[in-house]
Amino acid sequence: MEQTMLEVKGIIKQFDKLEVLKGVDISVTKGEVVAILGSSGSGKTTLLRCINFLERADAGILVFDGAEYSLSKISKKEIAAIRQKTAFVFQNYNLFLNKTALQNVTEGLIVARKMPKEKAIQIGKKALDKVGLSDRYEYYPHQLSGGQKQRVAIARALATEPEIIYFDEPTSALDPELTGEVLSVMKQLAEEGMTMLVVTHEMGFARNVSTKVIFMEDGQVLEAGSAEEFFEHPKEARTKAFISNFTEQK
Amino acid sequence: MIDERLLEILVDSFWKILIPGIKVTIPLTILAFSFALVIAVITAMVQFANVRILKQVARFYIWVIRGTPLLVQLYVIFYGLPGIGIVIDPFPCAVLVFAINEGAYCAETMRAALEAVPSGQLEAGYCVGMSYLQIMRRIVLPQAFRTAFPPLSNSLIGMVKDTSLAANITVLEMFMATQRIVARTYEPLALYIEVGLIYLIFSTVLTKVQRVGEKKLSAYNG
Ligand SMILES: Nc1ncnc2c1ncn2[C@@H]1O[C@H](COP(=O)(O)OP(=O)(O)OP(=O)(O)O)[C@@H](O)[C@H]1O
Ligand SMILES: [Mg+2]
Repeated sequence: MEQTMLEVKGIIKQFDKLEVLKGVDISVTKGEVVAILGSSGSGKTTLLRCINFLERADAGILVFDGAEYSLSKISKKEIAAIRQKTAFVFQNYNLFLNKTALQNVTEGLIVARKMPKEKAIQIGKKALDKVGLSDRYEYYPHQLSGGQKQRVAIARALATEPEIIYFDEPTSALDPELTGEVLSVMKQLAEEGMTMLVVTHEMGFARNVSTKVIFMEDGQVLEAGSAEEFFEHPKEARTKAFISNFTEQK
Repeated sequence: MIDERLLEILVDSFWKILIPGIKVTIPLTILAFSFALVIAVITAMVQFANVRILKQVARFYIWVIRGTPLLVQLYVIFYGLPGIGIVIDPFPCAVLVFAINEGAYCAETMRAALEAVPSGQLEAGYCVGMSYLQIMRRIVLPQAFRTAFPPLSNSLIGMVKDTSLAANITVLEMFMATQRIVARTYEPLALYIEVGLIYLIFSTVLTKVQRVGEKKLSAYNG
């Protein structure tokens, strides 16, 4: 049975006079991997940040796990409750610099979720093992490579057992030779059925891993469809240009 | 060059100066600096978190304290306040004034240190469900203290020396003890150099402690 995980309707966001999101609708089904594509400045990051309340939207409705919320009027309590079920992976990792890799993963469990320390450590180690960092528990962020940092960030996201993980260009701060290790972790998560909403410039990932693609342009969704449909039979001229642009680069 | 009488005075006065140093100068410094740190953290946090009215209060406090001499502040509180019926004993008065004064300087140090903490960590903290205060206490403040440690240590060393000003409000600390011996023995040059050397010893010890502290703290940033 197809179960809607998350739905956003008519989201609007302005910065001063600049309207960055002009009524965006998206929906994500459980187990789906949705890639958000679009040129720079089209509002992809803003969309993710509004969905996770790092930015307050001016209007719009969020349906999460069957319950409906106003994105502009949602209470702190409701935000906290939704955040218990979501996780965010940032472009520049945002690891806690005064904590080791393991502590980065356990911090939220121990402090926010009041989990006993031993149990948190057990979960934290498992999460780090999963992203291939079983030999880096005690390393501080400054002792890790970019790819390793991002994998710690993914482990931190996983440890809270989220129902959905948001990724904002998780590989674009990385050297090209390091993107592979992060993408393969994400691919593995996708195969295990994790629901993911991924802003990315990695066409390979969008094409091969994601199930659905959303193409944003100028604060709106220009085209949305299954990954295959999107790449094989794009409808909009702008989308066609975007795709051929990338195929040419290859 | 140094005759026997002078040598005897110096040896004798060394303890007479050092004891008030241990009994007054050091406690005065420790107490005042601890309170100053508390004031500084609160004042810096209020500004960092942009708490509306309190932020204005914080800026006003820093403006006044940094813009007026410490000696004037001591006089206003110790000699001025009794005029309106507020009398404070010399030692607590010195603790109060030094804490308020140093608090303003350390607040600026702390504010800069807080602002230097990469802000994405705050958002990451929210995303794993932590509250603002939890993130401040466990993530941001420890990093800010690391950044602020060297300048705060300098402030502490500065304060050890500034406590000599407390002699002006009849606190019997090292400098006043020296003044009294000078009044009896008429050896100002030797004795003032001697007290200067004792301050130098104090500062040197603190500088060494600072080095060790910095090494310990550097675990997470290379
Ligand atoms: N905090 C902010 N204040 C003002 N304007 C902002 C802010 N954040 C984003 N913007 C503007 O909103 C628009 C959309 O930005 P956003 O970061 O969402 O784009 P994006 O699609 O993620 O781009 P990129 O691919 O470069 O990451 C841009 O024009 C940007 O300048
Ligand atoms: Mg972006």
